[in-house]
Amino acid sequence: MLEAQQLAAQRGGVPLFTVAFALQRGEALVVTGANGSGKTTLLRIVAGLTLPAAGTLAWNGAAVTPFDPTLRAMTLYIGHATALKDELSAEENLVSLATLHGANVDAVQARAALADWALERHRSLPARVLSQGQRRRVGLARLRLVRRPLWVLDEPTTALDTAGVAILQELVAAHLAQGGVAVIATHHDLELPLGTMKALTLS
Amino acid sequence: MTPFDAAIAEAPSPGAWAGVTWSATRDLRLALRSKAELGVLLLFYVIVVTLFPLGVGPEPALLRALGPGVLWVAALLASLLSLPRLFAGDFADGTLEQIALSPFPLPALISGKIAAHWASTGLPLVAVSPLLGLQFGLRGEELAVLALGLALGTPTLSLLGAIGAALTLGVRAGGGLLALLILPLYVPILIFGAGAVEAVCVGLAAGPQLSLLGAGLLAAAVGAPLAAAAAVRIALD
Repeated sequence: MLEAQQLAAQRGGVPLFTVAFALQRGEALVVTGANGSGKTTLLRIVAGLTLPAAGTLAWNGAAVTPFDPTLRAMTLYIGHATALKDELSAEENLVSLATLHGANVDAVQARAALADWALERHRSLPARVLSQGQRRRVGLARLRLVRRPLWVLDEPTTALDTAGVAILQELVAAHLAQGGVAVIATHHDLELPLGTMKALTLS
Repeated sequence: MTPFDAAIAEAPSPGAWAGVTWSATRDLRLALRSKAELGVLLLFYVIVVTLFPLGVGPEPALLRALGPGVLWVAALLASLLSLPRLFAGDFADGTLEQIALSPFPLPALISGKIAAHWASTGLPLVAVSPLLGLQFGLRGEELAVLALGLALGTPTLSLLGAIGAALTLGVRAGGGLLALLILPLYVPILIFGAGAVEAVCVGLAAGPQLSLLGAGLLAAAVGAPLAAAAAVRIALD
């Protein structure tokens, strides 16, 4: 479903990595590697934010290029930065982001998604006063609201507590069970159902 | 066919207008929640304009000659001061990545941001300009042409400025570079904007200058969002 061939990246003219992988429906690629090994760069290439130095990325057999409409319509990218606005409440942030992704979200759905992440009591607080972990949770809450076959998650477990990681694992497992695909960079060992996980270590 | 393929097939391709609305309403809401920043900009405009009568003395003929130019140069500076906040906040907190990856057309989202930027920074200047014009002894029709010229010219400043703001994203000392990039592009707007008021002052019609400002606005409204979108994509790479 998602296939990368000889995908290469450079940083400051120095080759960073060359990788190849193929993901079928229901499979997740878990990318690990030391700091600076290029995990974020790889994820940005897959999400279509960065141009690879060489190689191709294909979705269902058709090559995709950065920012092309097909790629944008199928990918949900959640990066390091949470993309929350300090002035808006948790609920407003979530609705605003989900709408930006093209999802039609009402307040009831947004509240349900926040409740999944144990944030129902904090929904009307401005994002400014939320803790790092809570901000991460608000950002991840849109996983449930925006239906996209490809999830690209960069260090989604950063600042999450054990309960938060468990919720994330559950959501990813459900996504894979529905035939979705995920590319996840993490330092944390994610427990995903057997047979769904492919590992890629950058060095 | 998985539920996903069905969901994608069903999902209508999001329209450009919905993209404009999304970013315009979001940015206006954000602007309304940080009113202090807007107040600072308006005060900056008022103070810069007011410094001139204080500095050059109360000679009525001199002030009338200086007035249109001063009011327009101050508007250019105020616009320049407000430009970094157009993209910098979204760039720093990761929203700009999400905007660039959104299924909405990027130029549409950027058009909405520019519209909101003008409504929160340019429009207040237009509203207060007749009052400030009084300080320079401008009267009736002259004040009306001043406000009309600013109403046509300040959106163009925001549109052209958006290109510069996007090009200088993530650049160190971007503010200074932005001024060097953008102020030369502002020159025609300054000439026709101030020229319209000066024409009325000497008893000529302001029509030609105002028409040129309007034409500039239309051209910028079509071209600038496309250029700014390309610059944003470069900045994110």
